[in-house]
Amino acid sequence: MIKEEKAAKLFRHALRRLLFLFCLGIGGALLSATLVRFAPGYGVQERELDPRWSAQSVEALRQKQVLREGLASFYFHYLSALAHGDLGESDSLKRPVGELLRQRLPTTGKSVVRGLGFAWLAAALLASLGLASRGWLYEASSTAFSSLLLSLPSAVVAMLAVHLRTPVFCAIGVVVFPRLHRYIRSLLVRSYDQPYVLAARARGLGSGAIFWRHVLPVAAPPLLALFGVSFAIAFGAAIPIEALCDSPGLGQLAWQAALSRDLPLIVNVTLVVCLVMLAANSLADLAGSTLAGSTQ
Amino acid sequence: MSPLQKAAATILCMTFALMVLATILVPAPYARQFRDVPNAGPSTAHLLGTDALGRDSLSRLLYGTRVSLLLAPAAALLSTLIAALLGSAAGFLGGWFERIVLAVTDLSLSLPWLFLLLTVRAMLPLDVPPMLSVIVAFLMMGLLGWQASVRVICAATRGVKDSDFLLLARSSGCKPSRLLLRHVAPNLRPLFYAQFWISIPLFILTEANLSILGLGVMEPMPSWGNLLRGFEDFPSLAANPCRLVPLILLVIVVMCFQLVLPSQEVTQ
Amino acid sequence: MRRAWAFLAFSFVLCRSTAVRAESAGPSGGELHFCLHGEPKTFNPLLVEEDSSETVRYLTGGVLIRLNRQTQALEPGLAVSWRVSQEGRRISFRLRTGLYFSDGTPFTAEDVAYTMKALMDPQLHSPTGDSFRSGEGQVDVQIPSSDTVVVTFPAPVAGLERLFDQVAMLSAHSPKKEMAVLGPFYVADYSPGSYVLLKRNANYWKKDKEGKPLPYLDSVRLDIQRNRDIELLRFRRGEIHLINALDAEYFDRLQKETPAVVHDAGTGLDSEQMWFNQVSAAPLPEHKKNWFRTTEFRKAISMAINRADLCRIVFGGHAHPALGPVSPANHFWFDSSLPVPQYDSAGALRLLERAGFRLESGTLRDSSGNHVEFTVITNAGNKSREQMVTLIQQDLSQVGIKVNLVTLDFPSLIERITRTYDYEACLLGLVNTDLDPNSQMNVWLSSAENHQWNPKQPKPATAWEADLDRLMHAQSSAATDKKRKSDFDKVQQIVEEQQPFIYLVNKDAMSAVSPAVVGSSPSVLDPHAFWNAEVLRMGADPALGAQK
Repeated sequence: MIKEEKAAKLFRHALRRLLFLFCLGIGGALLSATLVRFAPGYGVQERELDPRWSAQSVEALRQKQVLREGLASFYFHYLSALAHGDLGESDSLKRPVGELLRQRLPTTGKSVVRGLGFAWLAAALLASLGLASRGWLYEASSTAFSSLLLSLPSAVVAMLAVHLRTPVFCAIGVVVFPRLHRYIRSLLVRSYDQPYVLAARARGLGSGAIFWRHVLPVAAPPLLALFGVSFAIAFGAAIPIEALCDSPGLGQLAWQAALSRDLPLIVNVTLVVCLVMLAANSLADLAGSTLAGSTQ
Repeated sequence: MSPLQKAAATILCMTFALMVLATILVPAPYARQFRDVPNAGPSTAHLLGTDALGRDSLSRLLYGTRVSLLLAPAAALLSTLIAALLGSAAGFLGGWFERIVLAVTDLSLSLPWLFLLLTVRAMLPLDVPPMLSVIVAFLMMGLLGWQASVRVICAATRGVKDSDFLLLARSSGCKPSRLLLRHVAPNLRPLFYAQFWISIPLFILTEANLSILGLGVMEPMPSWGNLLRGFEDFPSLAANPCRLVPLILLVIVVMCFQLVLPSQEVTQ
Repeated sequence: MRRAWAFLAFSFVLCRSTAVRAESAGPSGGELHFCLHGEPKTFNPLLVEEDSSETVRYLTGGVLIRLNRQTQALEPGLAVSWRVSQEGRRISFRLRTGLYFSDGTPFTAEDVAYTMKALMDPQLHSPTGDSFRSGEGQVDVQIPSSDTVVVTFPAPVAGLERLFDQVAMLSAHSPKKEMAVLGPFYVADYSPGSYVLLKRNANYWKKDKEGKPLPYLDSVRLDIQRNRDIELLRFRRGEIHLINALDAEYFDRLQKETPAVVHDAGTGLDSEQMWFNQVSAAPLPEHKKNWFRTTEFRKAISMAINRADLCRIVFGGHAHPALGPVSPANHFWFDSSLPVPQYDSAGALRLLERAGFRLESGTLRDSSGNHVEFTVITNAGNKSREQMVTLIQQDLSQVGIKVNLVTLDFPSLIERITRTYDYEACLLGLVNTDLDPNSQMNVWLSSAENHQWNPKQPKPATAWEADLDRLMHAQSSAATDKKRKSDFDKVQQIVEEQQPFIYLVNKDAMSAVSPAVVGSSPSVLDPHAFWNAEVLRMGADPALGAQK
C-alpha cells in the first residue's frame, strides 16, 4: 500500500515537474523571440541589395515584412498554433519548422548519444584502470591528459575533427570526457576509501563483490546525477560544434536561424534546446535526491 | 602544495609578468603592418614571424595575452558577484524565492546564448573605441556565465543557514540583513574565492570559442581567441608551426589554472 | 589457412578494381559532383534570386538565347534566330521545332508565350522579371505561326537580347509544371539540407559536332555545403570535382599542392568598393556629414589608399586596382580613357588642405578643429574585407585620419545602410553577373533604392547626380550601342571625378577543377567552371580512388 502511494506521489511530482519545465521552456523561447525581434536587422533581407529589383518590388518585399504582426499577436498565434501541434513555417528556408526539426533532431541526437557513450566508456575505463594501478605515474599522466583535453577550446576540437575526418560525435565525446573522468575518478577514490569497504576487504571479499555490493549502490545517485549533467553539457557543446563541422543537425540550424533572423525557427529551436537541457538537469536533480533518499 | 602545483603556479606568475611587461617587451605595435613580409616565418626581426597582413606575431601574442588575462578575471569577478548575490539570497531566504532563482538559473543555462550573442553585438553603437568593445565583450560573458556558480553557493548557504551558530544568532534576535552580512557571507567567502578562480580559465576558453566564431574581440585588437582564427588551414599550420604558439600558450595557462585550483566538482 | 585468406583478399581487391573500371569504361559520362553554398530557395526559374537557385536554373533551364560565357557573344538556344526592332521595343524569335520537355511534353510557341506572360505579370516580383520592366504598361506576346513568337514591350528595353539568357522556358501544359525543363539536366531528387541530384535530360535538343546527343554527363550532384573550408577539404580529397568561385586564399593553398587544378581566368567583373554616407537625414554629427559631402575629401581618401598593397597582400596578387564601376574584363563597356588611380599620400594631403583640413602633430583636423575620424562597417565573416579595412587603417593614418572597423552581420548591416542610415562609411563588394550597365540603373539613379550613398532622393541633391540621372536615362533609350556607350562612358568619368563609390579592387575570376573533369575551360563570366556543363565529361583518373 505504502509502495503504491509512494509511486503515485512520485508520478504526480514528475508530472508537475514536467509541466513546469514545459512552461519554462516556452518562456525561454518567447524571451529569445523578443530579443531577436527587437534586435537590429530584423525584417531586413540581403536580397534588397540586388539592383535588379524595381522600386515596386522592393516596396512589395517590405510590405510583406510589415504585415508580419507585432510581438504580442505573434506570441498569441504561436501559442495557439502550438496547441494544435503546428510549429509554423521558417521564413528563410520556406519549409514547415516541424519538418525541419524532425530531420535535424535525429542527427544531433545520434551525435550526442554516441558522443556521451564514447565519453562515459573512456572515462569509466580510465578511472577503473587508475584504481587498479594506483601508481603516481599513471595518476599524473591521466590527470595531464584530461587536463589537456579540458583546456582545448571546443571550437579548436571541432576544427580538429573536421580536419581528421572524424565524425562529430568524437568531438562531442572529447569535450565531455575530461569532465566526466575527473569526477568519476574522485568519486571512485572516495568510495573505495570508505571504512566499510576497507572492512569488507579485510574480511576477504573479492573485488567484484566489493564493487557491486558496496561501492556501486552508494556511488549510483551521484553518477546518475552526473549522467543528467553530462547530457546537458554534451547537448550544449553539440550546437557550436555542429555549426563549425557543418553537420546537418540542430546546431547548424540554430546558427543559420540566428544569422538570418528567422523568428519562427529561432523560437522553436530555442524551445527544443531549452526543454532538452532543462529535462537533463532535472533528471540530474531528481536522480540525485530521490535515489539518495531511497538508499538512506 | 605538491611540486606539480608549485610548477603550475610559477608558470602562471611568469605569464602574468609577461603580460605586465608587454609594452616594454613588444618589438612593434600590434597593429603595425610590415607589408613587405606577410606570412613570414620566424626571423631575427620577427621572432615568431608575421601574420597575413605583415603584423609581428610576437607583438600580437603579447598584447593578446594582456587582453585575455586582464579581462577574463574581470568577467569572472562580475559573474561571481552576481552568483554570490543571487545564490546566497536564494539559499538564505529559501521558499519561493529560492525556487524562482533556481528556475531562472536553469532557464538561463538552457538558452542557447551563442546565437543570441549575434543580435546583442549588433546593438552596440558604432563609434566605441576598440578597448571599450573588448570590455563590453567580457562584460557580456560575465553576465551570461554566472549560472554554474549559483547552485553551489545556494547549497552552501543552505548548509550554513542550518548550522548551529546561525541558530544561536537568530535566537538572540539578530536581524536577517545583519545575519546575512555578518555571519553568512564571511563563512561563504572561501567559496566565493574558489568560484572566482575556477571561473577564470572557463572565461578564457569561452572567449577563445567566441572569437573563433567571430563573436568575440574584434579586429585589429588581438586576443588569444582572435589569434586562433586561422586554424582551419592545417597544411599551412604544418608549414609554419610558430602559428601554434598562441594555442599552446592558452592550453598551458588553462592547465596551470586547473592544477593550482582546488578540484572542481561537476555536480553539486 | 593464411593462404586462403590471402586468396580471398586478392580476389576481393580484383573484384573491386574491376567494378571501378567498369564504371568508368562504360558509355556514360559519369557524375559531376560539386557544392552549392546554400539551399536553393525555389525551382521555379522565374523566381530565382540567389546563387544556389541560379545554379540549378543554369543547368536545367532551356533559354531562347544563350550568352557564351567564353566568347561573350550571344548564341542561338531554343530560338534559331531573332530580330530586335522598334529600337528595342519588339523582339521576334524563330523557334526550333520538334523539341520536347524533359517529361515528353512538346515544346511550342505557346510555352514561350506562357513563360513571358508569367514573367511580366505585375504581381510577380523577381529580379529576372524586373530587368525587363522599362516602363508602365502591358507586355504583348503574339504567336503569328507555330514556330514564331513576337514580344512587344511598352517601352524600349536596353540590351534586350542579353536579358533572355536569364529566362528559362516553362511548359504551359505539362503536369509537372516547372519541373519539366528543356535544359541539359532535370531535377531528379532533392533532399533538403543535403543535396540536389540532377539527371541527364534525354530530350535535350543540343548535339555535339559529331551529332551525338548532349550532355555527356549522366548526372550532376550538388551538395549543400555552406562552409568553404570543408568544401576545400572535400575537393582536396577528391570528393567534389570543382569549386566554382574560389577565394584568393584558397587558390594559393591549392596552388601549392596541385597547381594543375586551379585556374585564374583573369580579372573578373566583381569589385570591392567603399562609400561614405551622404544622406542628409543621417543621425551623424553635422561636421562629419560635411566631410563626406566634400568631393576633395573623398578624392583624397581614394588617393591615400594603396590599392597595389590591397591586391598584393589581401588577394595574393589575384586582384587588380579598380578604376571605376566597370571592370576591364567587360571589353565593350569599360572606358579605357579613365586614369589609373595613383597612390599618393602627399597629393592626398594637399587636396585635404585645399578643402580646409590641417595636419597637426600627426592628426588631421577639419576647419573647426575636429579630429578627422570615422568608422567603416562591413559584413562579418568576410576575411578579405576585414583585412582590406585594416590595411586602409594604416594607409589613412599616414594622413592623420583615424579609421575604426566594425563588422556586423548582414541583416544589421543592411538595416543601417538602407533604413536607419546610421553609419559613416561602408565597404562592400558588388557581384556583377551582367555585362550590360543597364542592370545597374537602380544604382546610378538618384531616386532609386540602390543609390547607396544617398538613396531615394526626391530630387537630385547635387548637380553631378542630376547629370548621372540624365545620362542613365539617355543610355537606356538610346538607339545605337555606340550612343549608349558614349553616354555610359560619361557616367564612368563623373564617378571617377566625384568618387561617390571609392572603387578599390577588381577580383580575379578563379575556380578549381579536378583533372578528372574533361572538357572544362574556366571563364571570366559566371558560372566560371561549369558554363559548358553539357560538354563536360568525367575521365578515368587514378585520383578518383577516393570517390564517394
